[in-house]
Amino acid sequence: MTTDPRPHETTADEAGAGTAIQISEVSKTFGRGDTALLALDRISLSVAPGEFVCLIGASGCGKSTLLSLVAGLDAPTSGTVDTGTRRVSLMFQESALFPWLTAAKNVEMPMRASGVPRAERRDRVAELLDLVQLSSFGDKRPHELSGGMRQRVALARSLAQDADVLLMDEPFGALDAMTRDLLHEVLEGIWRRRQLSILFVTHEVREAVRLGDRVVLLSSRPGRVIGEFPVDFERPRGMDSAETVGLAIKIKDRLREEIVRHGH
Amino acid sequence: MAIETPQEPAAALAGLDQLELATPQQAKRHLAAKAWAAAWPKLLALVLALVVWQLIYLSGFKSAIMPGPATTLTDLWHQVHTAQLWTAIGTTLRRAVIGFALALVIGTVVGALVSRIRPLRAAVGSLITALQTLPSIVWVPFAIILFGANTSAILFVIVMTAAPAIANGLIAGADFLPPLLLRAGKTMGLRRISLYRHVIMPATLPAYVSGLKQGWVFGWHGLIAAEIVVIILGQPSLGVLLSNDQDQADMAGAIAIIIVILAIGIVVDLLFTLINGRIRRRWGVADAASA
Repeated sequence: MTTDPRPHETTADEAGAGTAIQISEVSKTFGRGDTALLALDRISLSVAPGEFVCLIGASGCGKSTLLSLVAGLDAPTSGTVDTGTRRVSLMFQESALFPWLTAAKNVEMPMRASGVPRAERRDRVAELLDLVQLSSFGDKRPHELSGGMRQRVALARSLAQDADVLLMDEPFGALDAMTRDLLHEVLEGIWRRRQLSILFVTHEVREAVRLGDRVVLLSSRPGRVIGEFPVDFERPRGMDSAETVGLAIKIKDRLREEIVRHGH
Repeated sequence: MAIETPQEPAAALAGLDQLELATPQQAKRHLAAKAWAAAWPKLLALVLALVVWQLIYLSGFKSAIMPGPATTLTDLWHQVHTAQLWTAIGTTLRRAVIGFALALVIGTVVGALVSRIRPLRAAVGSLITALQTLPSIVWVPFAIILFGANTSAILFVIVMTAAPAIANGLIAGADFLPPLLLRAGKTMGLRRISLYRHVIMPATLPAYVSGLKQGWVFGWHGLIAAEIVVIILGQPSLGVLLSNDQDQADMAGAIAIIIVILAIGIVVDLLFTLINGRIRRRWGVADAASA
């Protein structure tokens, strides 16, 4: 395993003062006139450098829309999203790997896009595949890999963009529990060592508590921030530990109130 | 702290990976065995056709003009030993290659433009599909009036029949482009030309190759139809030979030429099937179909 040049001791404030992601009063409306749909309503949220924030909400809370705005794939109707000079990369629930490329070539693609020289690309692909423990699978095509392996390739590909900010849209939602637990450990390790700032969207409350420094709760239609839960117990946490389950129940109750509100 | 050593989940992950990938390997068959497996149904079909033909011959149906397989194949055998047949095959194939190459360029350019430019799509998209429904023979009078009875007219017919199919293949591929792959490409900083080259083009390739295959079939139809009508002195082609046989009421000769045309069509079709299969395997589509 290659060692990261950055020492472990440095904390968040070294990576840059203030915030990694600053979302201020962001609203997003789709369509116009009578059929206009307010997807996000004056959302304000900040993620500190090196912080792991989990975003949770019921269907229709605009989680994915919010990530698209932060990734710069779409523009907010009002408000601002500021990621400074940080490089942002986005990971989806489906791996979205290019089926015609091998795992290694997929990881290499962002570097080709940004014009990294060939020799350097090769070294870094090897390093990244090693990081997600897929060194011996570089020449496999996506359809030859399992769902969990594909998500690891996708993670390596996201990291290949040299991103400091990682946006993850239910990345482990389609995986079985055992694989997901292991990938939590892999992701946590990489987050620690690379000092990433992560905004992680999930609908699985315990997953949010397992991973996040903070869990942010969104309401549905329109999406609003309706609660924040700091997770202050020690890592590594278990999905099934009493602390995790305890906080998850609290968050779920709040989430249920929100869903019930829509039933009336 | 356990989390500082990423090796910790490594063993479990490696175990899981091995379990997930442990699908039994299919025994690799010998090349000759594979070729035989692919060939025998076709050979059987051929034998069946010959048997049916022979039976019709024996039944005495239109016996005055209808030759049996033996007569026809002997005629074919004689023709194979004449320079004329080979010159004709050469002429026809040269036209096919040039015409198809032109159609390839035109169809690809038009398809790429139409699939990328929305107003153009609205204006021309359905027209291209409409062109495809036109029987190839309708272009022959048009081409002869436009160019005269010469090679250009024949090439024109090939282009008009093959290019729409090729353009349509490209457009269909662009239509079914998974939006997620586009999003993924954009997130990693691919824009315009690089997005086209690294995402749109490869994602469209399977549909494009299907379009090429269909374009070839249409172009081949158009070519032979045009050759039967456009007779250029001193330039024997398969169409001309067929036309001569018609004039001389030489049924055995006509069937022999049909067999030659059929054989060429099958060989080219096989070529496209081969390319198609290779792409599908690479894209991981073939596995799902055969599993």
